[in-house]
Amino acid sequence: MGILLDLFLTFAKIGLFTFGGGYALISLIQDTCIEKKGWISHDEMMDVTVVAESTPGPIAINCATYVGYRQKGMAGAVVATVGLVLPSFLIILLISGFLDNFLEIAWIAHAFWGIKIAVGILIFDAALRMIRKMKGGLLPKIFMVCAAVSMFLINIFSLRISAIVLMLASAVVSLSVFMIGREKK
Amino acid sequence: MIYLDLFIGFLQVGLFAFGGAYGAIPLIREVVLSYGWIGDEMLTYMIAVSESTPGPIMINLATYVGSSQAGIPGALIATTSVILPSFVFILVIMVALKKVFQSIWVQAALRGMKPCIIGIILATGAYMILEHCFFNLSDLSVDLTATIMTVALGAIYFGSRKILKKGISPIGLIGISAIAGIVVYAL
Repeated sequence: MGILLDLFLTFAKIGLFTFGGGYALISLIQDTCIEKKGWISHDEMMDVTVVAESTPGPIAINCATYVGYRQKGMAGAVVATVGLVLPSFLIILLISGFLDNFLEIAWIAHAFWGIKIAVGILIFDAALRMIRKMKGGLLPKIFMVCAAVSMFLINIFSLRISAIVLMLASAVVSLSVFMIGREKK
Repeated sequence: MIYLDLFIGFLQVGLFAFGGAYGAIPLIREVVLSYGWIGDEMLTYMIAVSESTPGPIMINLATYVGSSQAGIPGALIATTSVILPSFVFILVIMVALKKVFQSIWVQAALRGMKPCIIGIILATGAYMILEHCFFNLSDLSVDLTATIMTVALGAIYFGSRKILKKGISPIGLIGISAIAGIVVYAL
């Protein structure tokens, strides 16, 4: 099978099973593109995740584009991105054209109730896999715990603080630590 | 002209939507309402549908609004324009600006940002699981069905890795959970 076809089909499959936003997709990419296919490394995926979160737009697109590019340049980037989007594009067209009461269909609502539980588990698992690959001693762990606690409180109290604020804050703190370290030398 | 409006409107969404789909909803609402494409109520319904169908919410919403305004060509234009900024950004930053990306300063900032994003993802996952197990997080009333199912699915997913060589894939878990959801309600 040609690499372009492989990219297309793999990302179409990922697109078809990505529910509930970008974080759940990380788990699918880890499983398929890193562990099964070996297309990118855990380190690269970490870089893509950080860049994706710090730039506008859906994380899923950043991931597909980058993995595609690494395999087959611009053509790969386009094919992987189109593959990712195509299933949901067709499903939405179908729904908007033929189903006025999509959300009232009982079995779909029940299936989605179940899927929501799986999505929570997958996102949690994505983080666990990243934690296992973490390097660099105590400091990163402190960053991680602070961010987790802040994000959890933001969620619980529905504060209007975006995750991007936490990312910026940790970038600033991390840069300061680095600069202080250089000063001492 | 509707095609140009859709292109510019969703390009704005793609360019300025930071922090995932939920963070982007106010921006999407502003764009969609200012062009008068659909009303607030219809938008709320479309967001709910976009959440319940596979694929990134922002992209589903663009496809939905585009097709409601100008059929399949409209859907194509809206979807392409919402994707375009992310497509360009990731390639520019990680491929064209590779030298800058690997400089000691950027790497120093990234050393803080990487664990931070891990923490954010961890908290989001944990919160979603808890939110699902309790009807209401403030008075801690437990949804027993959801809790049992969460524990069961978690045990199947993580347990299968210990027993089987490869374990159940994320896609497998999605499939099992959808069927379980239907079965639980049918009982």
